[in-house]
Formats: sequence, structure tokens, C-alpha cells
Amino acid sequence: MLGMSMTTVGLAHYLFVSLVLLCLGLFCVLTRRNAIGVLMGIELILNSAGINFVAASRFGSSGFDGQVFAVFIIMLAAAESAIGLAVVLGIYRRMRAIDTSRLTTLQG
Amino acid sequence: MTAADVMFFVLAALAIVGAAGVAFSRHILYSALSLMVALFGVAGLFITLSADFVAGVQVLIYVGGVLVITLFAVMLTQGIQNVAVSNRAVGSTAAGLLTTGLFVLLLRAMAKAQWVRPSGEVSAQTSTAGIGNALLGQYVLPFEVASLVLLAVLVGAVVLTRKETAE
Repeated sequence: MLGMSMTTVGLAHYLFVSLVLLCLGLFCVLTRRNAIGVLMGIELILNSAGINFVAASRFGSSGFDGQVFAVFIIMLAAAESAIGLAVVLGIYRRMRAIDTSRLTTLQG
Repeated sequence: MTAADVMFFVLAALAIVGAAGVAFSRHILYSALSLMVALFGVAGLFITLSADFVAGVQVLIYVGGVLVITLFAVMLTQGIQNVAVSNRAVGSTAAGLLTTGLFVLLLRAMAKAQWVRPSGEVSAQTSTAGIGNALLGQYVLPFEVASLVLLAVLVGAVVLTRKETAE
């Protein structure tokens, strides 16, 4: 199945792990009502993309393109979480809540 | 099964268990700690892919930086003790169906895709030197843009979190 075997670990194994992380992260983003929980789900999704890039770089071409992309992903994830958590703290200070279903000020 | 394969399965299990903890934990603090387990698992997977520099960056930036500010944000916002408030999950059925559908779809796509045969040979260059050459050679423009993004993040975070003063 999928070229996966228990004896030799190949690209398919890494893609499968990445797929599981993506789905769990998406589930987290969709169900959490805590804004910080949503940000954690986004981190999981970004990590799964990073695994894909590094695995493709290892098993596909020679060169370091995939690893460079993984470094950029980690950099952007750090930037995203710094700004995201600053926004969350700002919202908390103003509204005394970070429950996304209660933050309906902009709702039409 | 070689030792490297055993390492892969252990690290993959670590990453998946940690991710499941993030997604299903009832307590936001446990979610944050599970995220740490998942991030360490992914860093280990990077090492098994002979990407040791990326693994080091993952540990330094994610576990040392992102996770710490996440924990700070958890502790600075109230209601940690109250499970219902702190980490409420709604719409689990619909989200579960959607996620399972995506999982099956991507698994089928993976099974059908024609992957290139693995070359099997690892570049002789060490990954740190290779990444450094790539960052300052082919990828120098994205590298400079990244530094601007980080500057904007720095200024933005300070502006967003400072005390509001009367004008």
C-alpha cells in the first residue's frame, strides 16, 4: 500500500506522517474556540508542510532547496505566532475574553 | 529493519501522539505541552532526513521561542483552570467528517501519484554549508525580504502590546 513497507522507510512514510499532522492541525483549527488553540493548530499545519519540503528534498533532487524552504517556513511561523499572540493579548485586554465565538463585535 | 527505521517509527509516533494531544486535549496547558512533544518529534524526523541544520533551527525557534510565548499567552489570559472556558471545542462532528474526508482524499492522491524514484545518495556537502550557500546565493532576495518581515513583526508586536496612552 502506497509503496510503504515496514522494512525500508521511504518518501511515502514521511508524507503519511505529514498528512496526519495536517489533518490533526486542521481539526484543531476548526474545533477550538480558544484563539491560542487555533494558533497551535496552525503551527501543526506549518510543521507538516515543513516535513513535506525536507522529505522531498532528501528523496527527490540533490541540493538544499527543500531545506531552505523549511527554514523560511519556520521563520514565518515564528513571525505569525508572535503577531498572532500579540493580537490575542490585545483582544483579551480590550474584551476580557479570547473565546472566538464571543468576539462578535464585527459581526453584521 | 535497521536502527534508522526504528528511529523513524519512534519519532513519527512521538510527532503524531503530540499532535493528537494538541487537537484533543481538554486543557489548553496540556495542548501546549503536547505541542512541545510534537515539535520535538518533527525535529527528530528532520534529523532522520539528514537535515540537521533544519532540526536545530526547529528546536531553537519553535521549542525555544514559539512555545515559550505560547505558554506566556496561555498564562496571561484568564480561565486556565476552567476547562469549559479555556479549551472549549465545538462542532467536532462536522470538523471530524471534513478532516477525515480530506485525509482519505489526500491518501488516495498519494497512492496514485507517480513519485520519482529516490536517488538514494545523500549530498556529500554538509547541510549547514549547503543551506548557507543557497541562502546567500540563489535565495538572497527572499532572505532579505525575510529580514524585512522580521523587522515589521518586531515593530508590530511592540505597537500591538504597548500600553495605550492618552493622546
